[in-house]
Amino acid sequence: MASHGIRDRVAIVGMGCTPFGEHWDKGADDLLVDACKEAYASARVEPDAVDAYWLGTMGSGVSGLLLSEALKIRYKPVTRLENMCATGSEALRNAAYAVASGAYDLVMAVGVEKLKDSGYSGLVGSRPPDDGTLPTMTAPAMFSLLAPAYAKKYGVDEGTLKDVISRIAWKNHVNGAKNPKAQFRSEVPIEKIKSSPRVAGMFGVFDCSGVSDGSAAAILCRAEDAHKYTDKPIFIKALAFAAGPAEGFFNQEYDFTTFQEVVASCQDAYAQAGIRNPREEVSMAEVHDCFTATELVLMEDMGFSARGQAWKDVLDGRFDGNGPQPVNPDGGLKSFGHPIGASGLRMMYEMWLQLRGEAGARQIRDPKLGLTHNLGGQPGRCVSFVSVVGR
Amino acid sequence: MAGITRYGSYVPFFRVQRAAFGAGRGARAVASHDEDSVSMAVEAARDALHGGASPELLLFATTSGAYAEKTNAATVQAALALPEQIASAELGGSTRMGLAALGLGLDAATAGRRALVCAADVVIGAPGGSRESGGGDAAVAFLTGPDSEACAGLLGRASATTELLDVWRLPEERFAKQWEERFGAEVLGPALADTATRALKDAKVEPTELSHVILDATNPRAAAGLPRALRLKPEQLADGLESQVGRAGSAHAGLALANVLDQAKPGARILVTSLADGCEALVFEVTERIATARPRHVVSGWIASKRDDLAYNNWLKWRGILPFEPPRRPDPERPAAPPMRRHERWKMAFEGARCTRCQTGHLPPQRVCIHCGAIDEMAPERFADRGCKIATFTLDHLAYSLQPPVVAAVVDFEGGGRLTCELTDVEPASVAIGNELEMTFRRLYTGQGVHNYFWKARPRRQATA
Repeated sequence: MASHGIRDRVAIVGMGCTPFGEHWDKGADDLLVDACKEAYASARVEPDAVDAYWLGTMGSGVSGLLLSEALKIRYKPVTRLENMCATGSEALRNAAYAVASGAYDLVMAVGVEKLKDSGYSGLVGSRPPDDGTLPTMTAPAMFSLLAPAYAKKYGVDEGTLKDVISRIAWKNHVNGAKNPKAQFRSEVPIEKIKSSPRVAGMFGVFDCSGVSDGSAAAILCRAEDAHKYTDKPIFIKALAFAAGPAEGFFNQEYDFTTFQEVVASCQDAYAQAGIRNPREEVSMAEVHDCFTATELVLMEDMGFSARGQAWKDVLDGRFDGNGPQPVNPDGGLKSFGHPIGASGLRMMYEMWLQLRGEAGARQIRDPKLGLTHNLGGQPGRCVSFVSVVGR
Repeated sequence: MAGITRYGSYVPFFRVQRAAFGAGRGARAVASHDEDSVSMAVEAARDALHGGASPELLLFATTSGAYAEKTNAATVQAALALPEQIASAELGGSTRMGLAALGLGLDAATAGRRALVCAADVVIGAPGGSRESGGGDAAVAFLTGPDSEACAGLLGRASATTELLDVWRLPEERFAKQWEERFGAEVLGPALADTATRALKDAKVEPTELSHVILDATNPRAAAGLPRALRLKPEQLADGLESQVGRAGSAHAGLALANVLDQAKPGARILVTSLADGCEALVFEVTERIATARPRHVVSGWIASKRDDLAYNNWLKWRGILPFEPPRRPDPERPAAPPMRRHERWKMAFEGARCTRCQTGHLPPQRVCIHCGAIDEMAPERFADRGCKIATFTLDHLAYSLQPPVVAAVVDFEGGGRLTCELTDVEPASVAIGNELEMTFRRLYTGQGVHNYFWKARPRRQATA
């Protein structure tokens, strides 16, 4: 596969992010206006300076009109796209290629999701009419399949594994408590996490990311133009995406301890960015912790931990906010919340703050390279996005 | 003449103890929340068709059809993977129609047309009444054919049709009513005696020569007189299955007959009667072929394989008799007609595909092979009768279900093929990786007034050879 990358050719020069949470008083259009206002101000530009837009949302509106009408954009390109939970990142990826191509000079990627208007518990998807035979597990159920498989393969007893995943939730709440924009801003005692009522398999309520509303936006330009907008741009080193053939649904050898799509997208991203040892070279990462066991498996798929060892690294505190390789320093999907279309850009927002030294109480010392990752779908059948950014 | 060449039965997994709702002793069989008369008929018919010839006529008798207007027999045909070039008809209107259908199926066989006769009912009654407590849910199926292939040959028969107000239900009503039984017995008792006598005369069989007598009636009082009228001994009366199953509507006479055939010896003579708005009486003789014609699953095996602990209020919820607080989840959408038709063999018959280049099995069928990438080199293959094993599973407490938690599993089939599906008829605490399961045809849910049928996996109900 030819994937040459656009390393150091595109810069992010402005970002905005709304607080995530239950915004009963804001619709999708309000959230978009809030995020974009902040992004324009961050890049120190008037709205009219942006040449083209990429709008990511899974179910909060169709076509680019959702954005152009809310922001009163006059006759500019607005691409609406969706790639499940990787939607926000997908907006960024496509905007980056557009500006790298030279077709536009200043572009915006914005993601939004309004999940709290439906009145339903959990995520609700809409599907085209079908024959009624598609398996209909809830999201927690689909990802809960990872836990017993991991325990069995690596000889970790289920009690210990429950400790491990509870530790992940605890860590992300500790981080979220330091984040004024997060949905959940209190630490949660680990015993409370462990004993919460079961939602699916080994998962309790605290193993599942929050359902929330929010929006985030990024303004990008070619690297050579970055100085016009900010003294502290961040540069894209890699953008990778992998969509799977639903291997896990057909192949009896798939054992629910890995996401092949994540492995493939990481390999591509590391090649683009010139990373040979991700455990040592990736300073910090925002990964798709839709559920705690997902984050555990991702550590191995990303090469941060050796196969079968991530559980030990978790218990050792390797990925804590003050550990050697912080993962989800902003609280992750777990405590920041997961408005689907916005999440990928929210992750980039944390990398933006960290690389510019603006992360306040969460600031990681002298980060070099940051990684963002999103996963959409379920174990065995998903899409995966990976970016690498740095100064 | 003609006879029964093969047969099958089905009793669902769940039981409600009658004591749980103050209705006496014993238990009644209860169809699960994902079963109906159609799905149960399919289960019974799978055994009747196993290793046998292909019928040209499909008859389905029920008083609790899944649809009031749409051919339920067509769903049965599809789930059994019978050819579309088959005649089908449905009988309803009273519980006598199960045996009446068998009679018609035997007529067809006499005329040279093999018939598959299915009878099934989900029996409900107004809470507190005798229909509720005395009823049971079950299904039975018979394959008819020439005498030369019969395991039970028809010796004789007689029928009666009687207009009286005994059991009745308007189409828009859920619960049937019954006039006082003393009146029904006054009219139906003589009808039974007369019909049974004529059937025995037609068969040239004396009452003393009968090994088994099955009496199925809407009115036990009406049937009570027959043993005396024919001077039958107690040991001649077949098990009515009341205390373990209940009276299973249109399926009952046939179910009791199947239970007799499961154990009968060659030469045994059987009188089976069904009394409702008239009477149907059939006399059979068991042949030497019974030993090889017996189905893989026997009635006593279904009865012994059970969960005894279903709460009365859950049963009422399952049957839609008791309204309850819904979860905060969207109502399921109806399945769409064109995709259902495109994928009919998958959805109804559980037919997958195998790549002819690399032999990888695919569930559902695919055009592109997951293993070797070959396009359009697939051969259809039916997986419905294959066993599978649990590769991994979870208990989903969030998903909407009438019997939470939903047990979802990834199951692997011998020789290839993997499926993510729901488990049913299972005790969640017993589910483990490696468990062996079999596939069963179920009604997943009804969305916007359309039934959604498909397959689920369950632990084996009976050990089979």
